[in-house]
Amino acid sequence: MPEVKMTVNGKPASGQIEGRTLLVEFLRENLGLTGTHVGCDTSQCGACVVHVDGRAVKACTMFAAEAEGAEVKTIEGMAEADGTLHPIQQAFQDHHGLQCGFCTPGMVMSAAALLAESPTPSEAEVRDYLEGNLCRCTGYHNIVKAILAASGQDVSRIAAE
Amino acid sequence: MYAFDIERPATIADAIKALGSGETQALGGGQTLIPTLKQRLAAPERLVCLSGIKEMQGICTADDGALCIGGGTTHATVAAGAGAYPALAALAGHIGDPAVRNRGTIGGSLANNDPSACYPAAALGSGAVVITSNREIAADDFFQGMFTTALEDGEIITEVRFPVPEKASYQKFEQPASRFALVGVFVAKYGTGVRVAVTGASEGGVFRWSEAEAALSSNFAPGALKGLALSADGMISDLHGSGAYRAHLAGVMTRRAVAAAG
Amino acid sequence: MPKDGGIGASTKRREDIRFLTGNGNYTDDINLRGQAYVHFLRSDVAHGRLNKVDTGDAEGMPGVLRIFTGKDFEGVGGLPCGWQVTDRFGEVMQEPGHPVLAQGKVRHVGDPIAAVVAETYAQARDAAEAIVLDIEELPAVVDMKAALKEGAPKVHDELKSNLCYDWGFVEENKAAVDEAFAKAAHVTTLELVNQRLVANPMEPRVAVGDFNRSTGDSTLYTTSQNPHVIRLLMGAFVLGIPEHKLRVVAPDVGGGFGSKIFHYAEEAFCTFAAKALNRPVKWTCSRSEAFMTDAHGRDHVTKIELALDKDNNFIAIRTDTHANMGAYLSTFAPSVPTWLHGTLMAGNYKTPLIYVNVKAVFTNTVPVDAYRGAGRPEATFQLERVIDKAARELGVDPIALRRQNFITEFPYATPVAVEYDTGDYHATMDKLEEIADFKGFAARRKASEAKGRLRGLGINCYIEACGIAPSNLVGQLGARAGLYESATVRVNATGGLVVMTGSHSHGQGHETSFAQVVAEMIGIDASMVEIVHGDTANTPMGMGTYGSRSIAVGGSAMVRATEKIINKAKRIAAHLMEASEADIELKDGQFSVAGTDKSVAWGDVTLAAYVPHNYPLAEVEPGLEETAFYDPSNFTYPAGAYACEVEVDPETGRVTIERFAAADDFGNIINPMIVSGQVHGGIGQGIGQALLESCVYDENGQLQTGSYMDYAMPRADDVPFYRVDHSCQTPCTHNPLGVKGCGEAGAIGSPPAVVNAVIDALQSVGKNVTHIDMPLSPSRVWQAMQG
Repeated sequence: MPEVKMTVNGKPASGQIEGRTLLVEFLRENLGLTGTHVGCDTSQCGACVVHVDGRAVKACTMFAAEAEGAEVKTIEGMAEADGTLHPIQQAFQDHHGLQCGFCTPGMVMSAAALLAESPTPSEAEVRDYLEGNLCRCTGYHNIVKAILAASGQDVSRIAAE
Repeated sequence: MYAFDIERPATIADAIKALGSGETQALGGGQTLIPTLKQRLAAPERLVCLSGIKEMQGICTADDGALCIGGGTTHATVAAGAGAYPALAALAGHIGDPAVRNRGTIGGSLANNDPSACYPAAALGSGAVVITSNREIAADDFFQGMFTTALEDGEIITEVRFPVPEKASYQKFEQPASRFALVGVFVAKYGTGVRVAVTGASEGGVFRWSEAEAALSSNFAPGALKGLALSADGMISDLHGSGAYRAHLAGVMTRRAVAAAG
Repeated sequence: MPKDGGIGASTKRREDIRFLTGNGNYTDDINLRGQAYVHFLRSDVAHGRLNKVDTGDAEGMPGVLRIFTGKDFEGVGGLPCGWQVTDRFGEVMQEPGHPVLAQGKVRHVGDPIAAVVAETYAQARDAAEAIVLDIEELPAVVDMKAALKEGAPKVHDELKSNLCYDWGFVEENKAAVDEAFAKAAHVTTLELVNQRLVANPMEPRVAVGDFNRSTGDSTLYTTSQNPHVIRLLMGAFVLGIPEHKLRVVAPDVGGGFGSKIFHYAEEAFCTFAAKALNRPVKWTCSRSEAFMTDAHGRDHVTKIELALDKDNNFIAIRTDTHANMGAYLSTFAPSVPTWLHGTLMAGNYKTPLIYVNVKAVFTNTVPVDAYRGAGRPEATFQLERVIDKAARELGVDPIALRRQNFITEFPYATPVAVEYDTGDYHATMDKLEEIADFKGFAARRKASEAKGRLRGLGINCYIEACGIAPSNLVGQLGARAGLYESATVRVNATGGLVVMTGSHSHGQGHETSFAQVVAEMIGIDASMVEIVHGDTANTPMGMGTYGSRSIAVGGSAMVRATEKIINKAKRIAAHLMEASEADIELKDGQFSVAGTDKSVAWGDVTLAAYVPHNYPLAEVEPGLEETAFYDPSNFTYPAGAYACEVEVDPETGRVTIERFAAADDFGNIINPMIVSGQVHGGIGQGIGQALLESCVYDENGQLQTGSYMDYAMPRADDVPFYRVDHSCQTPCTHNPLGVKGCGEAGAIGSPPAVVNAVIDALQSVGKNVTHIDMPLSPSRVWQAMQG
């Protein structure tokens, strides 16, 4: 089996993989980073979104071998080392942007990618950007609200809590 | 997935060499191929991964003004970098979702020729030239029906050249589940005439709507399409819409594309 | 302002920290040392005779540990059904067996035929492909009415027909209802389909079986809303494992919406195989597999008739429904179209006579069971659609027609056997008119028209029944389980509490809101209360979470247990302060003697309970731990009024939701933030049902919507921000918290509002469209407009 090497959440990571090993399998099974989830097999739900070289990708639709040499960031790499939540994570808690938590890692990673591209997105931009992230619990209301809040925008006037 | 090996060539030449032996398959961005492999609908012995080939990536302008896009260029890169051809950039910016756009490539999309994909409409609607590892193919000759193209085994798309039109617009009506095009229409106005390409609708894959082209070539205005309609014969009919509905939508989307192109 | 962490406060959720940082512990995150993997070989035909399953070639494939088939389960029980319905004629329903692995026949696409256990998942799947099947394909029955025709192929050869039961409710009212229709001034009739849905929690199901040979104990880790129910059903009815030798753990559960209530074959298989192989056995469901194995929801075909007198008073309702059971009876399937549907047909209205007929039918499709709302959305949809249609036929305002017929006096005994304890339907409608800004609608319609869009406003009311109970009544109705809930409150010496509950959370935030209840009662900080759930080894027997029951039933059990704790603590405090127990008051975590300045802190009392040096040992046991089981005396009846505004693109038929407002009455509320979140989610799913979602089979029983490529899930850009309000509160009169439950309301209340709005939009331009079946996809709306 070939070996793959990459940087995950700032630390070197390597492991023996097969050609067919998906990036998400490498993260979950080889590295034990189980925060990245698998919710579908047709690249639509987005529970597996991670950043590869700074860009959001679906870790279930990329082979581990393709991440050779890449900088990978997962949900486990978002908070500070002392446990302080990333502002997006904090906004999700403050605005109840999660319920069962299963889609949440992908949502947070997609939100981070969005805010990197567009620091103060409109509501429509946020909704459009989340096209590839399904949530079955929240009806998206508080996810969109949390992302707008994380961007520093005033969300106090958004339709009642 | 069945077991296979992955090769990651750094040059087109190495990729062609790798593709030449055994049961191999080219892997572009993988956004269609990987789900297919998961379903065990394909069983290659080896995947040749094109994403590491730098010479197949990027956007530039040719001497004749055509926009040249490397076959391995992602949708996100085209969305951000094809400013010279705004309708094409907009189309690329609405394929799939952001994460898919960061991996999926123009070459992969055209080679797959999914009947509901967006890029085939742009290529056909622009009269683009598909440049492969060994020849140039006019878009009119490239698309040969659903999931079928002029590509031969081991041949890969290295570049696509889009003549830049005076005006253009792509209007997509999305299938509610997959968000692929239930019907998508690409309209482009060139000095030589108007091209109209329709994706998502036909059992034969992407096609040109010649009556609309003729009408719009003499009068580039939504009103010129009055009285024109596509036949429902040969249109895809499925859960998400009948052939008649798709034929109707093609008319609506064409009108809207003309209006949006201005 | 309530104190943060107390009842009524929007306390932030403590569970969020682990979910937000990737530290949740979902079942698929569990990997046991030495675990093997199972892949199920499933039927790709809807109906067939299983002549031979030849595993010969597959047995020798790399990594294969063992291949199981139906034969291995011949000595084992089948998957049990938890509810027995008695039909109109006094006969019990037809109840077929449901083997863990198919025996003799396959009955739906996805029916498991063989299970390959191997060292890796890929090896298991490879070997499954080498199994040679000899299946004689039989004609499939998919359409319910066709399935009931004489001579239709039978799903179960041993049954008389494909009819599970023919239920009439209330049968004694039938003649009077017919008579009322005969003399009605106006009758409105509507035929509709409440389409089949797939629950689609984002976490697919997972099961990990484990066996300890040295103790003989089995453990199952599973994605379940109710681990105790799984332990009881699987232990007692399937595998014959006594409960003290079987532990079921449901760790963090990534959504359920009903689909994770039921006991599934894969759970029994992994538990069984772990023992057979003396190794942990893991199954992780793919989404594609989930579409053909998770119990589906809804799937009713209904004709409803509403009779009105000359003054537009509702005088009778008559319904005729076919309800799809699928190929087997899932755990609670028979109860959904009957006791969870027929009993709600009065809605918010004082209709004196109601008759409901339901024929439950077996077909060659995935079993159908409870999905968010379960029976109540089906009842609400048909009632609120027929009322809207009646208003249009009569030329009266749909709100006025509803208001005229509202129940206004409580308690109110409906003609369908339930008694609403409290409610104020005018109040929620008033609130809705305010928050939905009905006054501004005309201007908004004009603005839509200016851009070539049709705008419609749809409203509806709903009532639902939560916390199904009491056990002795539901037992008479056919339930084979009790419907109480349990809590054990363990107070530690230093004053912190651990509350162990049989309720379970699959996203509802119980760890936060349950702690708020207990903290409020004692007057301590919520951070001193820890909630433990999801593991049969450390929680008392409880029935789990579904039917919006957790706070109403589980919360009440917690209140009862905490009351016992407080009573005992007061006795200890009385001893410490040398006062009479009757004079002891507890406030803000301090025990004081009424009328004096004497007090002891909560922590002093808890310490005394465990270090009983100065302690009334003769009268009071040491320690501070109490358990309560709570069995409610009635359902609770949340109700509300919803409004939806849509735009329709007349050229394409595309519908967009422009505004959505919900005014709910949930009685008292523990955590308003969480309650709003529950309503948002329910509305999102309801919009999904109304516009997007549909599980479709072709005539051969092949699943047409087997992935998210064809099953349209609501996405962020399909929905707007919702305006929700729950300030109208008529507390429940029969549980100690006065709470009613909020988990399903949104999914119940929203579909009719959306459909009513679309019909309103189309009729606003003179289209004679009175109904479109859900989902109101662009093609369906466009098609309807062509007529």
